[in-house]
Amino acid sequence: MSTVTATRPTPAELSPHVGVGEGIRQTMTLAWRTIVQVRHNPWELGDFSIQPIMFVLLFTYVFGGAIAGSTGEYLTFALPGIIVMNMLFITMYVGTGLNIDLTKGVFDRLRSLPIARWAPMAGRIIADQVKQAWSIFLLLVIGFILGFRIGTDVWSLLAAVGLMLVFALAFSWVSVLVGVLAKDPEKVQLFGFTALFPVTFVSNVFVPTNTMPSWLQPIVEANPVTILSDACRALMVGDDTAGTQWHVASATTPAIQSMIWAAAIAAVFAPLSVWALRRKV
Amino acid sequence: MDHAIQAEGLVKRFGKTTALDGVSLSVRTGTVLGLLGPNGAGKTTAVRIFATLLRPDDGHASVGGYDVGRQAHQVRQLVGLTGQYAAVDEMLTGTENLLLIGRLLGMPRPAAKQRARELMSDFDLAGAADRAAKTYSGGMRRRLDLAASLVGRPSMLFLDEPTTGLDPRARNELWALIRGLVAGGVTVLLTTQYLDEADALADEITVIDHGRVIAAGTPDELKAKTGSQKLVVRPEDESHLPVVTSVVAELTETTPEVDGARVTAPVTDPAVLPAVVRRLDDAGVLVTELTLRGASLNEVFLSLTGRPVEDETDSESEGRPA
Repeated sequence: MSTVTATRPTPAELSPHVGVGEGIRQTMTLAWRTIVQVRHNPWELGDFSIQPIMFVLLFTYVFGGAIAGSTGEYLTFALPGIIVMNMLFITMYVGTGLNIDLTKGVFDRLRSLPIARWAPMAGRIIADQVKQAWSIFLLLVIGFILGFRIGTDVWSLLAAVGLMLVFALAFSWVSVLVGVLAKDPEKVQLFGFTALFPVTFVSNVFVPTNTMPSWLQPIVEANPVTILSDACRALMVGDDTAGTQWHVASATTPAIQSMIWAAAIAAVFAPLSVWALRRKV
Repeated sequence: MDHAIQAEGLVKRFGKTTALDGVSLSVRTGTVLGLLGPNGAGKTTAVRIFATLLRPDDGHASVGGYDVGRQAHQVRQLVGLTGQYAAVDEMLTGTENLLLIGRLLGMPRPAAKQRARELMSDFDLAGAADRAAKTYSGGMRRRLDLAASLVGRPSMLFLDEPTTGLDPRARNELWALIRGLVAGGVTVLLTTQYLDEADALADEITVIDHGRVIAAGTPDELKAKTGSQKLVVRPEDESHLPVVTSVVAELTETTPEVDGARVTAPVTDPAVLPAVVRRLDDAGVLVTELTLRGASLNEVFLSLTGRPVEDETDSESEGRPA
């Protein structure tokens, strides 16, 4: 017992604040923790690996022929949008994890440690980015096996991935707010389902905008999911969509609009989340 | 440094509820202070202020000479916190939980691993080291939680109701661990709802109720003040009740309560028990029950405040995330 109970002699002078380098190291440790959680919890891995694969398979083979004439062509249009949609769903894990920490008291333990105040949040968001990158990679591989081909070049593809990761970063703040406000982790998931499903389906992810009723079209066109999907389609598929209703001549405009959306979402939800969290703890 | 933990006139309000209404207390270095009170008394709120998780609306608190508000980072380097809910990451294994804390405290990976192994074995968790914490029993979780708060070898420890909800065996194990820590020189602020727990562990006790300190002193002083034990006598024949009552009244110098066929009275001197036996024997009174039992918190409260404990869970629950 003596080795365990002996207290550390208090240094004469304790450091008054956390250095940025230390904060980054702590962030990486907390990100590691979130990744280890996935390792111990394979169903979560299934959730953000198997579910998107099912979406790709279902939509391509069940609806693809009816929507685009052939399943192969449909995959070309739909895959970039499905990746975007999946990205939004995965951001909900930030909120779920945060909510578990808050309800179980882990968040208090972390706050009682001499670590950077921003490290727990930053750690979650970095871990989320790892999950995002993994899912995008997985969906691209599945798409490739099913016949999806990149119609542009590797730089455009990386730009599309980068664009989605930045958007995910911004949208994570919505998830953080839900995670703080929800009474339990299940409510966070419920929100993910009930709010994100209409938002992602009222877009041109699965069907082109001009097939929808005219009153719905302006809503679909204004939906950031549509805009980001357009940008990703243009960056991944490029001119392969020429002649289809999904064709976007240039990625520049939707990419810039996506960034503006991301900035706006972060500008609204980041302060709101921090405020809600301060009130709660 | 004489007092490791000090508070002056702490006030904390949550909306209309006043959780702390001017609490002052101090803990001498190397001793255990028991903060005793019912649910909703403000115990958790006080601990959260000391652990820098909450800012007081008024008053000061300092830990190791550092102000909990302005010098929060220094305070965090000195303290370990074990909350009411066993704040461990259920998805991680026991060892990983401790490794996480060690790494966050800046230990190199091998040192953090070594420390985790050490604590797991000393806290009797070595057999479950590589199992997810969600598979642990309540007692194991509390031990892991306590171990997590000790990774950085803190010189001060806040234990918020560490044994609430544990079975007696798990409770005794945890008590032994806490005693070991104190022997190692740790200063402890312990909150509890149980008088026997405060009695078993604390050098000094501060009793709070409705956010105010209503009594403070050593366990013996408090017992002397409240009559720490209760004498219960039940005569075989109810017609002997008046005799029993007068004997008990005379020996305890109190007015005994008669509850059905039982006579009860607070006792401060344990020598009363044999005296009662002798006198009743002399009087030829047969008894079916004759016990001396520890006063419940309720009885201490009754004697300190003149009213029984009200259970007010909600006023304190605002102090922590719902």
